[in-house]
Amino acid sequence: MERKITCIICPRGCPMTAVIEGDSVKVSGHSCPKGEEYAINECTNPVRTVTATVRVDNRRDVMVSVKTENPVPKGSMADVMAQLRKITVQAPIHIGDVVLEDVFGTKIVATKEIL
Amino acid sequence: MKKHAIVIVGGGPAGMAAAVAAYDRGVTDVVILDREPRLGGILQQCIHNGFGLHKLGRELTGPEYADVYAQQVAERNIPVFYETMVTSVSPDRVVTARNREGILKIQAEAVILAMGCRERSRGALNICGTRPAGIYSAGTAQKLINCDGYMVGKRVVILGSGDIGLIMARRMSLEGAKVEAVCELMSYSGGLTRNIVQCLEDFGIPLYLSTTVVQIHGQKRLEGVTVAQVDENRRPIEGTSRFIPCDTLLLSVGLIPENELTQVCGIPMDPVTGGAMVDERCMTKVSGIFACGNVLHVHDLVDYVSDEAERAGKGAADFVREGKASEGAYLQTKAGKGVRYVVPQQLRKDTGDVDLFMRVTQPFGKVKFTVTAGDKVLAVAKRLKAAPGEMERITLKQALLQDAEGTVTVELEEL
Repeated sequence: MERKITCIICPRGCPMTAVIEGDSVKVSGHSCPKGEEYAINECTNPVRTVTATVRVDNRRDVMVSVKTENPVPKGSMADVMAQLRKITVQAPIHIGDVVLEDVFGTKIVATKEIL
Repeated sequence: MKKHAIVIVGGGPAGMAAAVAAYDRGVTDVVILDREPRLGGILQQCIHNGFGLHKLGRELTGPEYADVYAQQVAERNIPVFYETMVTSVSPDRVVTARNREGILKIQAEAVILAMGCRERSRGALNICGTRPAGIYSAGTAQKLINCDGYMVGKRVVILGSGDIGLIMARRMSLEGAKVEAVCELMSYSGGLTRNIVQCLEDFGIPLYLSTTVVQIHGQKRLEGVTVAQVDENRRPIEGTSRFIPCDTLLLSVGLIPENELTQVCGIPMDPVTGGAMVDERCMTKVSGIFACGNVLHVHDLVDYVSDEAERAGKGAADFVREGKASEGAYLQTKAGKGVRYVVPQQLRKDTGDVDLFMRVTQPFGKVKFTVTAGDKVLAVAKRLKAAPGEMERITLKQALLQDAEGTVTVELEEL
């Protein structure tokens, strides 16, 4: 399988091509080893930090912003969002407070102070 | 009338960093005035990450980045007047503001303008059609969703591929909306590459370049938009139009530095940046009034806003201590071939190394920037790529600057 990947390591933005055969990934179009590494990760285990919001129960019309403490598998973003839609939190909330434990191997933490 | 050494208008990233820098430079009588009930400005609604990589060496979300500086302000006990709207700044540095308690007048020794920018609206675009609900500037939609918890729509078209438009494409998708298209009038995106990859490609959202919205449909609620391709003069091409059904149109079509106070004060403006003309310490052409952040010129990274605001804060502190004595002989700067603007617009040549900030006119491949004064070359900088969406910085060394004469001109040549 062949995949086109735009490198995001530096502003140059190399247009790369990755050829995936079984466990091996062959990258072309990159200008540096970092780009090659990024392309391989994108093909084997792409991850993203998800940022979203959670409703604050005891404050009117207030959302607290949250993020996954570590990046999660790219394919799990919709699942993470679905879990966040089910929960609410109580103020006061501080940056770094855990909002949800154990989501795809990481935690959801608050990124805003709600006093 | 109250008196303070330094009054800062705006408590966003620029205002906070300027306040902290001025304080740390030894002028501790600093106050911040902000119209919102909390510090942080636009960062409070920018819940995505990617902030702080350059400045703090870690990747933070907007509210977290704001909190780093809000804490520094708090640690120094710098007073903040919340929900306080500045209504005028006079050339002799009287700041007038109003809040619930009434009208506030402060005589400042130095003023730092840090009001940020606002979004260009539908009215500025002259799009034909009706005026239904469902049309938002991207930043307004961002605030409604991220701060207030109101989802603005289900089926979305975004006009403009600047960073806010791209970020909102991802945000709307994550919240369950279907983003049908991002349309961009220009033949290239003004957004950062990483945003095109992580906000559009990740979600399979198509980006249509050289395409714009030519008509808006719907009576009460938006029912769809007609889009068309445009030619090299940005005029719609007949026969290329098509209808996209949608209930929401987000406009991410440019930011305008919010300079009403600056203009009423009579501060000379740069028509290209939309901000005041400043020197290398961010002082405007009105003595003792400084400007920094997006009110000076629109930045792509908040990290650079903080850097610039620190220069303004230090500059204002030095001005308070030294007064007029700190004004020296100026060199003017100029944007040459391939360069849209240069900030600062003038600089003193005897104050140390000076950083020039600029944007290019269009996307380029490998380029060489040359900074000259008269027939003397002050700096050369090569870049693998240059795009209008990514601000460039070139440092001029004091050793070369001190003997420079004439206009400092930056131009680029494609290699």
